[in-house]
Amino acid sequence: MAQKGILIDITKCIGCQQCVSACKIQNNLPDTEETKLSITAYTVVEEHEERYVRRLCMHCKYPTCESVCPVGAFNHTKEGAVIYHAEKCIGCRYCMMACPFQIPRYEWMSRTPKIQKCKLCIEKIVKGEKTACVEACPVEATFFGNYNDILKMARQTISAEPDKYVNHIYGENEVGGTTVIFITDVPFEKLGFKTNLGTQKLPELTWSALSKIPSLVTVGGTLLYGIWWITNRRKEVIEIERKMKELQSNKIEEEDKSA
Amino acid sequence: MLNIKNLLNSKITFWKSVGIILIGLAVYSIIVRFAYGLGAATNLSDEFPWGLWIGFDILCGVGLAAGGFTLCSIVYIFNIKDFKPIVRPAILTAFLGYLLVIFALMIDLGRPDRIWHALIMWNPRSVMFEVAWCVMLYTTVLALEFSPALFERLKWTTPLKIVKAITIPLVIAGVLLSTLHQSSLGSLYLIVPNKLYGLWYSSLIPVFFFLSALTIGCAMVIIESYLSARAFKKQLEFPLLLRLGQIMVMLIMVQIVVRIIDFIDRGVLNLLLIPRIETYLFYLEIILGLFIPLVLLSIKNIRTTRIGLFYASFIAVLGFVLNRMNVSITGMEAGSGVSYFPSWMEISITLGIVALGFVIFSFAVKYLNIFEESAEDEHSVKEFAPSKINYNTALED
Repeated sequence: MAQKGILIDITKCIGCQQCVSACKIQNNLPDTEETKLSITAYTVVEEHEERYVRRLCMHCKYPTCESVCPVGAFNHTKEGAVIYHAEKCIGCRYCMMACPFQIPRYEWMSRTPKIQKCKLCIEKIVKGEKTACVEACPVEATFFGNYNDILKMARQTISAEPDKYVNHIYGENEVGGTTVIFITDVPFEKLGFKTNLGTQKLPELTWSALSKIPSLVTVGGTLLYGIWWITNRRKEVIEIERKMKELQSNKIEEEDKSA
Repeated sequence: MLNIKNLLNSKITFWKSVGIILIGLAVYSIIVRFAYGLGAATNLSDEFPWGLWIGFDILCGVGLAAGGFTLCSIVYIFNIKDFKPIVRPAILTAFLGYLLVIFALMIDLGRPDRIWHALIMWNPRSVMFEVAWCVMLYTTVLALEFSPALFERLKWTTPLKIVKAITIPLVIAGVLLSTLHQSSLGSLYLIVPNKLYGLWYSSLIPVFFFLSALTIGCAMVIIESYLSARAFKKQLEFPLLLRLGQIMVMLIMVQIVVRIIDFIDRGVLNLLLIPRIETYLFYLEIILGLFIPLVLLSIKNIRTTRIGLFYASFIAVLGFVLNRMNVSITGMEAGSGVSYFPSWMEISITLGIVALGFVIFSFAVKYLNIFEESAEDEHSVKEFAPSKINYNTALED
């Protein structure tokens, strides 16, 4: 299946919270009102500058969480969803530390804690359906579809009203691109978005260090062995030379005696 | 032996009671943490998931254990046998350090019962995966390197022979694993260029972690020797410690050069002039960790006294600890958008673990052959003895 995507048009959102309720029903989460992402809210609608801004996992194309997890508890599906597998997780929380968008939430008060985050309704989209939040939106503030289509849609929307929209699709290039993208009429930095993320794929940063390990081990091992061999050999040579001298002096003594 | 026991029983009562209180509080906090979850015991949050335990117990714990592989490579790889008398205490400290790090990790992990997952569920692209394997393998190597002390005590000659026969491969494996482990703890932070403050974030952070660990490895051996001398009346050859001090000076100078080049290279010298908490703590870290030790160790009258050497090393350790705390806490706060200060339970567990380390170390020194070398090695100690006397008398004049 092709790479999917969600486009959120911040100018259209009316803050009705229908997406939030639909998400809670879809994921069997308790129906409590929440203003921030939590273990019981995979998406929320925040208010900034008289605009409603939805928060949810961005489903990065080069997911940081997937790359940092020591036990591979995240996987990146071909639809673009980044899925957490609780049965593998050891609870190191490196994914939370590393996530550039600070999305993963932790069950801090549990004895057997898990990470909680948006699943891009993977069980629905593999059946060809839209995500619950997109289905619930009454005003076309959010669209679901093939990634290329919704990116095109985002570009067209901006170019149709260039005076209204900020000429930037948030998520098109951030940290190598995300499955969830945003367009807006108020600058992103005023809406609580992190605008300093850059376009580099974050997993590349650690890979540049990790990829050096095999050569470090082989070169380092050989070098250490070589140094040991030289210093050890030097000691042996000194020892042998000492014995030789002893022998020689013994010989000379013997010769002297016999003479 | 009996005298030492009496001494311990009578003289260190104050420290003993402090230790008991600290360990008692830690036990209470551990019970709370496991009964009600990490959230009940810590000030950690979704925005700030790594706190004091990662910063101090893990990052500093591993760093402070660096004396083991530093000395092993000096003695076995570079064949500078003069240092042999201090190998064992250094390995013991490293081994204990790693055991305590694992203990702390089991408290910090959300699911410690699943720690074995790292053995079978691989993700070689993860730095944490590398860290996990380094911890496991190097702890095994340390256990083997330390095992002769135990085998000697138990008079098990066959295993003793086997371990001694594989000394060199073990040492090489240990040095490689340590190098990887020390640097990979820095690599953990490569993935957060937008969270870790510019004074600390650098693509060279694995190199900084490695170099500072080497430096602090030497400092820790000096400190351990000084404290053991006071507590157990067992001390190490002073000229050896002097030479360790010289190695420290060299390593500190290398660190200073590399860090200056890195700052210029990244073009972040302007950060040094911004008046904010990160800048002040950065200066404090540099002054304690590099500047003061460098100055103290360069002044002959200070360097050549036990107390001077001890304080120079102690201040270097303070600077090292501050560096790790800065990377893991100070430098991460602004980027995470929250402030963090550990809860009293987090602090109590950390202090309890430190106290436990002291207790186990003193037990090991009491019951195992740590400071006195085994019969076959006595020869080298004796050989060294005359120069010790010369130095000591020279210093006292």
